[in-house]
Amino acid sequence: MGDAEIKASYWRLVEIGRIVLVHGGPSDGKLATIVEIIDHKRALIDGPSTSTKTAVPRQSIALAQLILTPLVLAQLPRGSRTGVVKAQWEKAGIEAKWQESAWAKKRTQKEKRRALTDFERFKVMRLRKQARFEVRKSMAKVKTAAAK
Amino acid sequence: MSEVKSQSKTFSKGTRDVPHHSQKAKKWYPTEDEAKPKAVRKSIRTSTPRESLAPGAVLILLAGRFRGKRVVLLNHLPQGVLLVTGPFKVNGVPLRRVNARYVIATSYKVDITSLDSKKIDEISGDKYFAREKGEKKTGEDKFFAQGEKPEKKKPSSSRAADQKAVDKALLSTIKKTPFLTSYLGSSFSLRKGDRPHEMQW
Repeated sequence: MGDAEIKASYWRLVEIGRIVLVHGGPSDGKLATIVEIIDHKRALIDGPSTSTKTAVPRQSIALAQLILTPLVLAQLPRGSRTGVVKAQWEKAGIEAKWQESAWAKKRTQKEKRRALTDFERFKVMRLRKQARFEVRKSMAKVKTAAAK
Repeated sequence: MSEVKSQSKTFSKGTRDVPHHSQKAKKWYPTEDEAKPKAVRKSIRTSTPRESLAPGAVLILLAGRFRGKRVVLLNHLPQGVLLVTGPFKVNGVPLRRVNARYVIATSYKVDITSLDSKKIDEISGDKYFAREKGEKKTGEDKFFAQGEKPEKKKPSSSRAADQKAVDKALLSTIKKTPFLTSYLGSSFSLRKGDRPHEMQW
């Protein structure tokens, strides 16, 4: 009988300092951090971004309206005010980290694609086909070279 | 109207007008009122097409034989319809009138200033698309002609020439924009997850 190894899960937790993406409502698609957990369904969030476009006002919000991101402000004290949150937010470079993530890139791409006109959609389709053709061509070359 | 005149007759003490017999009240009335046509309260108004339907716009046809085709809008006709062309060489849509209701206007516009405006005006006229009246067979001829297949209509050579003249100028401008020729050649259809009411055109 081996010893059972007990490890903490890698799940994203609702915790103080967790960076969340607001889903729905007036701040839809904006980043904030959890400052305080109110109860099993609600949390106090604050999004101290410098630009008003991406800032989320401090508010209590249902967890159902939040999506947890892998980013966390680990040092954030419980119930800290906006000034402290902002300082930590900027120190950790949350916004730059978010923009680099594949998730954020996919979101911006989706938004862009949705705003395309009919002709632009057609051009995207054709260019994607061309790119795919090139990839497959080079793949086939590599494969035949490997088979020899 | 001499018949309808009333007569004045003299009696012992004075005169009296005797109306003509056709003016006398009827002895009987019809049981049902005579139907009168209703006064039409509609008026003929000039059609005002949508703003997006500016000449040169690329349209997607939604109904009819060419549904799904992307075509170029040439002009608004006074009958309240649109004059479009494929161009014929690109997607097989000829110079054709279409109803503006059965059309999606896309935001892309082809420059049609190079087109001959006289030709367009000629095509936009009332007579241009009128059906040619052939000789009607009557009586015996018609009866015996039933077995024979009716001759297939052929495109008239003048119309074909007009088509070529319009398309030539259009094609030269279309070719300048990459992908535009194949865009006009492709037909539109909804794919999985497409929401036409949320799409930008």
